[in-house]
Amino acid sequence: MSSEQTVDSAASAPASENGGAQTEIDAPKRKVRDIPRVHTWPHLLRMELLCTLVIMVVMVLWSVAIDAPLEEPANPTLTPNPSKAPWYFLGLQEMLVYFDPWMAGVVLPSLIIVGLMAIPYIDINPRGNGYYTWRERPFAMINFLVGFWILWILLIIEGVFLRGPGWNFFLPWQEWDAHKVVALTNVDLHEMLGVRNPIAISIVGAIPLAIYYGLAALYWKLKSQKSPVLKELGLPRYAVTAFLFLTMWLLPIKMLLRYTLNLKYIWVTPWFNI
Amino acid sequence: MAPKTKKSLTESFVESQLWRSIFRHGYADNSRNRALGVLSNVWLHLHPVRLPLHAVRVRYTWCMGGITFLMYLITVVTGVVLMFYYRPVGEYAYADIKYLQHDVPFGMIMRNMHRWAAHAMVISVWLHMFRVFLTGSYKPPREFNWVVGVLLLTFTLLLSFTGYLLPWDQLAVWAVTVGTNMARATPMLGHEGPFAELVGVTSRYDARSALIGGSLVGPPALLRFYVLHCIFIPIVASVLMILHFWRIRKDGGISGPTSLAALEGSPIRSSESSSS
Ligand code: HEM
Repeated sequence: MSSEQTVDSAASAPASENGGAQTEIDAPKRKVRDIPRVHTWPHLLRMELLCTLVIMVVMVLWSVAIDAPLEEPANPTLTPNPSKAPWYFLGLQEMLVYFDPWMAGVVLPSLIIVGLMAIPYIDINPRGNGYYTWRERPFAMINFLVGFWILWILLIIEGVFLRGPGWNFFLPWQEWDAHKVVALTNVDLHEMLGVRNPIAISIVGAIPLAIYYGLAALYWKLKSQKSPVLKELGLPRYAVTAFLFLTMWLLPIKMLLRYTLNLKYIWVTPWFNI
Repeated sequence: MAPKTKKSLTESFVESQLWRSIFRHGYADNSRNRALGVLSNVWLHLHPVRLPLHAVRVRYTWCMGGITFLMYLITVVTGVVLMFYYRPVGEYAYADIKYLQHDVPFGMIMRNMHRWAAHAMVISVWLHMFRVFLTGSYKPPREFNWVVGVLLLTFTLLLSFTGYLLPWDQLAVWAVTVGTNMARATPMLGHEGPFAELVGVTSRYDARSALIGGSLVGPPALLRFYVLHCIFIPIVASVLMILHFWRIRKDGGISGPTSLAALEGSPIRSSESSSS
């Protein structure tokens, strides 16, 4: 795995500061002194001024051309169909198709915020700091790109343009039919397996999720001794990374299961469903 | 133009007592004055005196942090104008917006700019975060500033969301209804959330009703969102922005290819601190 190799060689550099890697350490230092510098005035400030002017012109033209929306006065007795949240939250509203509100509306958004904040502390790869690179940090890049462009932006686009009455899917050229009938064919995992006993139902659903998150523990068990990256990472960081990683990918996995197997819930309990 | 022997108009202007009382540094274009122009100005001294060449290239930062800040300033200025005409009361709010649009000089364009700048700010803050991720600028020593950034992102969205209710039209009320309905499902604290029975929350007393001051989005929600939108969140966001900008400087200025060197005793920091 090439990513592990790069991470490791760079991560070990500071540790061996007093060791033999002297030449490697000197190189960037020299570069810092030689790095070309310019005066803020005028080089940066004139760019800022120019940028401000251009943006102001754009904003004024935009505001002259297009009026902010204002609909009928608020009427608590008249619920529009569909009722959409502000566009920047439609990715979250879209997740409601796949998860219950406590998960899509509360737990996952909180995890997005906490997970973003955790990034600098769990990504210990020192490469790719201050320049664009794909090759030196492929794992971080792939996950952030998928999370940002697909699970956030693409879902917002779907929510804004492709969701109509009843939150049903409509292509842009299809008419929004408020009476569109969509068969509710989704089934829970325990129903697929024919489990009826209430206690067994709770247990059956827990198993796949336990296996899913258990994979992370298994990977640690098998690899932590051999992989220098995992050693450097340490168990607490690894656990947080693995949890956030697997939880993020739970969404596309659940989407996939919905579209292939019509799966509704994996895990049904008297208190909550996932 | 005045002959060289006599003082030119500009010269006598920039040497006048008035000018010298405002700008302490000399006017002549030399390195020292360029530095002092930034250093001795309370607004400009957010910037370092000199900075790496790559930092002024648009293709490095995409200008997105600065654009986000500009959008914020636009909403602050236009927002103050809107506040002169708007009352956050169920009976008045919608009528005030109508009045603003049709009878207040420049009212419509103020409202439009406020709204579009708010939307643009949401987009630019996302792109800014995306840029910071792509350049790995959250890596040491800038970890904490990324955390401050994530808080700013959250407050940017909350600012936009609380403002969404204020026109008090169908769009506003139902979008906020959908948005705040989520709070009903908060585990333990929402009356429809898991384990709600254990805590004993009801539709009148749970996380959502605390947010909107009732069991549905009505006049109390309007007042709450107004106060949050115009006072509380802007103050918090401003404080965080001050922290954010200050930390950019203290973390060694804008990131760059050389900051790998930060690992080895941070030479960037020491060269920066001499100019700050
Ligand atoms: C209201 C929102 C924000 C404003 C006004 C803002 C403003 C700025 C500005 C003006 C810069 C200077 C460099 C540039 O323009 O790219 C900057 C840098 C930075 N911002 Fe933000 N920012 C905001 C939100 C965020 C968010 C959401 C994040 C990340 C989650 C973030 C993380 C950072 C970091 C780590 C730097 C240092 C980048 C470097 O050194 O290359 N900021 N910010």
